Amino acid sequence: MYWPNGLSVVSAFVTLEPDMTTSSFSASNQRLGDAAKSSLHRRPNLPRNRWNALFTLLAALFAAIVVLPLVLVLVYVVIKGGSMMSLKMLTELPPAPGMTGGGIGNAILGTLVVSLVAALIAIPVGVGGGIYLAEYSKSGAFASFVRFGTNVLSGVPSIICGVFIYGLIVATRIFFDQSYSAMAGGMALSVLMLPTIIKTTDEGLKLVPQELRWGAIGVGASKFVTITSITLPTAMKPIATGIVLSIARASGETAPLIFTALFSPFWPEGLFSPIASMSVLIYNFAIMPYDVQIALAWATSFVLVMMILVMNIFARYLGSLNRN
Amino acid sequence: MTTSMNPSSRPQSASAAPDTCLSLENVSISYGNGKNVAVNNVFMEIPKGKVTAFIGPSGCGKSTVLRALNRMNDLIEGCGLTGRVLFDGQDLYDKRVDPVEVRRRIGMVFQKPNPFPKSIYENIAFGARINGFQGDMDELVETSLRKAALWDEAKDKLKESGFSLSGGQQQRLCIARTIAVEPEVILMDEPCSALDPISTLKIEETMHELKKTFTIVIVTHNMQQATRVSDLTGFFNVTNMPDYEGKVGCLEEFGETERIFNSPAQQATQDYVSGRFG
Repeated sequence: MYWPNGLSVVSAFVTLEPDMTTSSFSASNQRLGDAAKSSLHRRPNLPRNRWNALFTLLAALFAAIVVLPLVLVLVYVVIKGGSMMSLKMLTELPPAPGMTGGGIGNAILGTLVVSLVAALIAIPVGVGGGIYLAEYSKSGAFASFVRFGTNVLSGVPSIICGVFIYGLIVATRIFFDQSYSAMAGGMALSVLMLPTIIKTTDEGLKLVPQELRWGAIGVGASKFVTITSITLPTAMKPIATGIVLSIARASGETAPLIFTALFSPFWPEGLFSPIASMSVLIYNFAIMPYDVQIALAWATSFVLVMMILVMNIFARYLGSLNRN
Repeated sequence: MTTSMNPSSRPQSASAAPDTCLSLENVSISYGNGKNVAVNNVFMEIPKGKVTAFIGPSGCGKSTVLRALNRMNDLIEGCGLTGRVLFDGQDLYDKRVDPVEVRRRIGMVFQKPNPFPKSIYENIAFGARINGFQGDMDELVETSLRKAALWDEAKDKLKESGFSLSGGQQQRLCIARTIAVEPEVILMDEPCSALDPISTLKIEETMHELKKTFTIVIVTHNMQQATRVSDLTGFFNVTNMPDYEGKVGCLEEFGETERIFNSPAQQATQDYVSGRFG
């Protein structure tokens, strides 16, 4: 298309094409030779160029299909939910069924509390596990078992994590005879976060050059000091990225929270009481027969999606930071 | 450190025990839980306050022996040592010996410059701090950098990352970092192999300064470097061992550098130093 000189050649080729059967191919090629052989111009009708165009088109189509849901979800949520954003929405309690006004303040606070509890449990355990795998285990049977277990855990459906914590914490009323609680919700989410944190820590530490460890050990650092002041800070970037991504993932989970943190239409009363969360609020309100509640569910979706988006962007920013 | 640093001005005799810093007695080192013997039956007395060079063809075990001197081989899985390595009369491989303590007194500089991802200042302060240094840190950083001949180039950018230095400067930073811990011995594993000739020259000058205070053991592939910096030279070679498949490293000859290069006792040494093989 960008080859004005080639156009004449192309048209000549097209007129020749109907009688170009397999048997006469070499002959027509011969005839064509004089006109086109000397030319280096692109001929779009060549089979290879046609296939090329076809597959480029297909790849572009599938790429568009991949991005479409993301764009549609974002646009839809922004239109439906974003328009309702106000300070009131972010700070007030949801109204009782049949009433109007109100907001989703308790659910936002609840999600933050539950995610914080989950992070406080999962970060030390996950980073510690990753350090063990990368620095202490001598690639023995136990380490491969832990690595395998981590991979399996990352594939376990989130609802199973919820049921597990339900059976362990909620049904046994282990915390001050309370059943559903923010604590249980945080624990369920921490189980979801663990595999990501362990894996990114393990892999981040493995990327630290061996010479750096030798250098520290060569000036008389113990293993502990080497890890805490040289290896771990060097691998901080991938570890922090993994932690932020795992929090972003866990904070949007619904299934594990339904069984553990339940829901509450009130402000959080403490770590050992049921607590509201954005994901469960959406689950509860979206199917209610009241327009106000459905609208609130949309507003919550907007806040949740934005929160996760910001966290993902933050993770990318962390990943792009230069080591100093 | 002060007690062990008795400056001995009398002429060096190879067997004079008080002057011996490190002594290897029938040391054999193997990898892979004894399957691959790297180096066999090494006897050697490394004197205090001198520069000792290890030369030899690739795979002869000179780096392995060097790493055995401050127990860096502990970090390699399945690496075993038989025989004794005595440091000031103490067996380094005694069960009661703490390898961390050994490495504080026998520092190491590696082949590839490996500054920590910290500022130049912190690179040097790190080792001193973990060793419980109480004095004036600024002063220690300055004297260490001066001894490593890096002060003039680095004094205006102490807060900058160690990676902002050139390769040769990074290596001198690593030397300064080792000096700051005030070890008695500095082991150098081909410290100049990744550097250009000018940086190499600077590091060699540094070594001449350092040997006034430290015992230095250096592995080098560069024979001119061995003649320039060392007082004693050990030539390692690979040989076939009876009832063992494959080549094994051994110490072929050990003596004053001048003798090793000018009138070696062994034919193999003669061939190697004259460039006929290796």
